[in-house]
Amino acid sequence: MRYESPQTIEAASALLASEAGLARILAGGTDLLVQLRSGMVEPDLVVDVKNIPTMTSIVEENGGYRIGAAVSSAVMNEHADLCAMWPGVMEGADLIGSTQVQGRATMVGNLCNCGPAADSVPGMVAANAIATIVGPNGRREVPVIDIPVAPGKSTLAKGEIVESVFLPAQVKRGGDAYLRFIPRTEMDIAVVGVGVNIELDDSGVCTHARVGLGAVAIKVLLVEDAAKALIGSKLDDAALDKMAAATSAACKPINDKRGTIEFRTKVAGVLAVRAVKIALERANKRASNGGEK
Amino acid sequence: MARNPDADSAPAPKAVKTSTIEFDADKAKTFKVVGSRPPRPDGMDKVTGRARFGADMVMPGQLVGLILRSPHPHAVIVSIDTTAAEALSGVKSVITRDDFAENADHHDVLCNIMAREKALYEGHAIAAVAATSKAVARKALKLIKVDYQILPHVTDVDLAMAPDAPLLHADMITSGVTPAPTKPSNIAGRSEFGHGDVEAGFALADVIIERDFKTAATHQGYIEPHACVANVGADGMSELWCCTQGHFHVRQVCASLLGIDVSRLRVTASEIGGGFGGKTTVFIEPVALALSRKAGRPVKIAMSRDEVFKASGPTASSSMNVKIGVTKDGHITAGEGEFRYQGGAFAGAPADFGAMSAFACYALDNVKTVAYDVVTNRPKGAAYRAPGAPMSVYAVESVIAELAGEIGMDPIELRLKNAAREGTKSSYGPKFGSCGLVETLEAARDHPHYSAPLGPNQGRGVASGFWFNFGGETCSTLNINADGTVAIAVGTPDIGGSRAAMCIMAAEELGIPYERVRTIVADTSSLGYNDTTEGSRVTFSSGMAVIKASRKAVTEMCNRAAMIWDIPAEAVTWEDGHAKPSGANAGEFEPMSLAEIAATASKTGGPIAGHHEYNADGAGVSFGTHIVDTEVDPETGRVDILRYTVVQDAGKAIHPDYVEGQFQGGAVQGIGWALNEEYIYGEDGRLQNAGFLDYRMPVASDLPMIDTVIVEVPNPGHPYGVRGVGETGIVPPLAAIANGVSAAAGVRLTELPMSPPRVLKAIDDAKVAAQ
Repeated sequence: MRYESPQTIEAASALLASEAGLARILAGGTDLLVQLRSGMVEPDLVVDVKNIPTMTSIVEENGGYRIGAAVSSAVMNEHADLCAMWPGVMEGADLIGSTQVQGRATMVGNLCNCGPAADSVPGMVAANAIATIVGPNGRREVPVIDIPVAPGKSTLAKGEIVESVFLPAQVKRGGDAYLRFIPRTEMDIAVVGVGVNIELDDSGVCTHARVGLGAVAIKVLLVEDAAKALIGSKLDDAALDKMAAATSAACKPINDKRGTIEFRTKVAGVLAVRAVKIALERANKRASNGGEK
Repeated sequence: MARNPDADSAPAPKAVKTSTIEFDADKAKTFKVVGSRPPRPDGMDKVTGRARFGADMVMPGQLVGLILRSPHPHAVIVSIDTTAAEALSGVKSVITRDDFAENADHHDVLCNIMAREKALYEGHAIAAVAATSKAVARKALKLIKVDYQILPHVTDVDLAMAPDAPLLHADMITSGVTPAPTKPSNIAGRSEFGHGDVEAGFALADVIIERDFKTAATHQGYIEPHACVANVGADGMSELWCCTQGHFHVRQVCASLLGIDVSRLRVTASEIGGGFGGKTTVFIEPVALALSRKAGRPVKIAMSRDEVFKASGPTASSSMNVKIGVTKDGHITAGEGEFRYQGGAFAGAPADFGAMSAFACYALDNVKTVAYDVVTNRPKGAAYRAPGAPMSVYAVESVIAELAGEIGMDPIELRLKNAAREGTKSSYGPKFGSCGLVETLEAARDHPHYSAPLGPNQGRGVASGFWFNFGGETCSTLNINADGTVAIAVGTPDIGGSRAAMCIMAAEELGIPYERVRTIVADTSSLGYNDTTEGSRVTFSSGMAVIKASRKAVTEMCNRAAMIWDIPAEAVTWEDGHAKPSGANAGEFEPMSLAEIAATASKTGGPIAGHHEYNADGAGVSFGTHIVDTEVDPETGRVDILRYTVVQDAGKAIHPDYVEGQFQGGAVQGIGWALNEEYIYGEDGRLQNAGFLDYRMPVASDLPMIDTVIVEVPNPGHPYGVRGVGETGIVPPLAAIANGVSAAAGVRLTELPMSPPRVLKAIDDAKVAAQ
C-alpha cells in the first residue's frame, strides 16, 4: 500500500486518476481506518487530503459558508457564526461518534462514504448544500443530494474529489434542524434521521421547505411531498400531520438489526414533525434577532 | 454457586451443608479498617497505563497467532489443507484438529477450541497459524483450504427442541429423563425442582396468571478481549500469560489438552479488563500453547472484538412459561415454571440454575420448576454474572407484579407477605440460613425513591432477586516482611477489587494500617490450587483464608514475643497491632509492635508467615431488591431510565465503594440486557451484530446515577459476616425494568430486549386491541 500526501487538489486528483489498483481518499479516516483494520478494504493507494489548503478551511462566501472537505466536525462546530446560521447541519455532524472521533471526522467523508444513515447528510440536503468537485476534467458543482447512490457507491467519477461544500446564506426567517432516532443517547447509528430547513414570510406562512431523510432507503432522500405539505401553511397541526404522512410514505426501509420497516416508517414521520417544530422555533428566533443568530 | 464451566453436563445441585459458625459478633463491633474506603491498590497502575493486561505481555521472539474460523453455522469439515499456508515465508506453525489428541476429561472444551468432525457455529475455530507478523498470519489464513459440507442449522431454542430440528450431536441423549430417550436430540438435559402439589395450590388461588416470556442471548461485554502469550520450551517447560478469572483452571485444562503434567505449565493471570464469568474457561490459550510447541517460539493470540462476540461465551437465550396463583389477600398458593435455555453448541446452558433461583425469593408450599438445557448452532455459552438467574427471575417477577396489580396490593407488600426468610424451605430444596430479603424489601419500601411522584409516560418497577454464592477451594499466604509491611499472595484473580478487600481484612486482623499491606495474585506455581474467581466467592473465600492466615501469623508473632520475654506463649495476647503480656505478666513488658517483632525475626526463628488452605463452605445466599423509574416515548417506543436504586444484602461490606460498584455494575448490565442488548442471528445462522455499534450496550450518558443501599445481615459462615455481592445485582433489573416499562407503556411486555421497535409495536397493538 502506497501513501501519498499531495499539496494541491489537482495533484490529488491526478494520483487517484492514474492509480490502476484500488485507491482511497483519506480525510479524517474515521471510516477508512476502521475498514483497513478489519480487512474490509486493502487499497493499493491512499491519498491523504489534509495538506490541501482549500480543503481544510472554512470561508464566508456570499453570506453563506464554504467548508473544506477535510475540515473536522470539531473545528466546524467551534465556528460560532456557522453554528448560528445552520445549527441543524452542525448538529448532524456533531452527533457522529465520540469526542475523539469528532476531532477527525469530516462531513464530506460522511457524504462520500454514502451510508444511508450518514448523520450529516439529511441536514445538508435540507439546506440544499452544493458540493464542489474537482477531477481530471476540471471542476463542477453538484447538489449534495445527487452524490450518494447506494452504500459505498457515489456519482463521483474516477479521480474526482469533493473539495468543499457550500451552505448558502440562511434567510431572515429561516431555520433548520436535524433529529435522529437511536435507542441509546450517543455512540450509535441512526435508525431514522430527518433534516429539515424551512423559510417563513413575515406573517408566518411557510414559503420554502426541504426535508432530507436518512436510514430509510438505499440512500438519503429528499422528500418533496413533505415540503409541499408545509409550504403555504402556518405549520399548523393539519399541515404537520400531512407532512408526517408524506415523510412516512417516502420511506423504503428494510428490516434489519437496527429496526423494522414498520418502525422506521412510523418514526420518520414522528421525527419530521419534531424537527419542524425545532426549525420553526429557530426561524422565529432568528427573525427576532433581525435575521442574525 | 459455581460449576465447572467445562463440565460436559450440568452437575446435580448440591445440598447446602450446614457449616460452622465463623461469624464473630464482638469483633464486628470494633472494626477499624473494615468498612473504610481507602484508595484501590491497582488504581494508579490502571490510570497511568502501567497495568499489564493480556495483550501487554511481550516475549523475545514472539510470534503472532491468528485463528481461522468457520463462516458456516453448521458443517461437516471434510478436509483441511494447510500445505500452502505452511509454505508461506514467515509462517512458523500451523495447527488443526490433528494437533490435539482426543480427551475424555475435556471433550467439549477440546471440540470448542478447535473443531473436530463438524463446525458447530459461525466463528468456530478450524485452524490456527503462528507467523512473524500479523500481515503474514492473515495471508496464511487465506491459504488454508477447508472443504465444508454444509448442514442445516438451528439457533432458536424452541426450534432446536422440535423433533425435526437439525441435530448437532448424534450421541446427545437427554439426561435427567427416565427412562432415557432412545433417540438423540438437541436437549442435553432436563432437571426438575420443587416441593408440594402445585395443582392443589392453584386450586386455592383467587387469581392465576400464566405468561410466556423470551429473552435474547447477551454478552458480558468486558472491555478487554481475550489475549494470551504462550511459551513452550524445547524441554516442554511451559509458561502462559493470560487474562482469566481462573489461572489454576486454565492450567488444569490446558495441561490436559496438551498431554503434559500440570507442573510443567506455569500460568500467570494478567490484570483483567472485566470478566463477569466470561473468562472462566479457555478459548485461545490451548491454541497458543499448541502453536508455540510446534513453532518453538512464544506465540501471542489476541482476539478481535468480532471474535469475542462470535467465539467466546455469551449467556443463554431463553423461552419460558410461568404460572403463579395468589389469594385476594396476597398469599401465593403455587408457582410453576418451565425454563428452556439454549447455551450454544455444547451442553451446559444454566437452565438448572434458572429453575432453582426462579422462585427463591418466596416461601412457597407448592412450587415446581423444570429446566431444559438445549444446544444450538451458536457459540458455547460461558458463565455470565449469576448464570441463568436473571432470565427466570424476570419471568417470575413480571408475573408477581401483574398479580399485585390484579389484587390491588402494593408489589413490595405482596413480596413481603411471601418472602423467604431464615428457615424457609427454598424452592430448590435446602432450608435458608440467615438471609436478608425482608430487610432489602423494607429498605426499598422506606426509600424516598419508592414514594417519589412520577410524570406522564413514566412507570416504576420493582423486583427482587437471589443468588446462591459459592465458596470453593482456596489457598492464601501471608508473609510478614522484616520492615513490618505485609505481603499477601492469593490465587484468585482480582476482577472486582478483591486485592483491596484482602488488604483491609489483613490490616484489621493484624492491627496495622491498610497502606502497609500489599496483595498480589500469585501464579500457579506459587500456591496450591485455587478455584476460579466466580460465584461471588473471592472476598468471602480468599478473604477468610487471609483472615485465618493472619491469625496464624499473629499466633507466631505472639510466640516470638513470648520467646523474647521468656514467658509462656499463652501469656501473650495480640491487641492493636502489638503483642502484649497478659495474665500474671500483664504490664511487665512493653508491648511489641508487629514491626518490632518482624525486625528481630531473624534472631527468633526466621521469617514469619501465615498460610491457610481449605475448601470454603457457608458462602451465604444474597438477596436484593431494585426500584427503577422509566419513561417511554409513546411515539417511538424509546425507553429512558430516569432513576434507579439497588438495595442488596452484602452481609458485611469490607470496602463499601467496591460493594456499591458491584451493585451498580450489575444494575447497568441488567439495563443493557433489558433494553437493547441481543445476539441477532440472520436466516443464514450468522451473527448480524458482532460489534459494539450494533450490539447496543448502554453508554454512560444512557444511565442515571445508580443509587445504592447496602443492607448488612451478617453471614454466619464468615468471620466478618461477608456475603458475596458480585452476582445478585444483575438478577432483579430485567424484571424491575420490564415492570417499569410495562407500567409506563400501559401494556405488559414479555420479551427482551425491550428495544424501541418492540415497545412501539406493543403500544400500537394495544391501541388497536382497545378499539
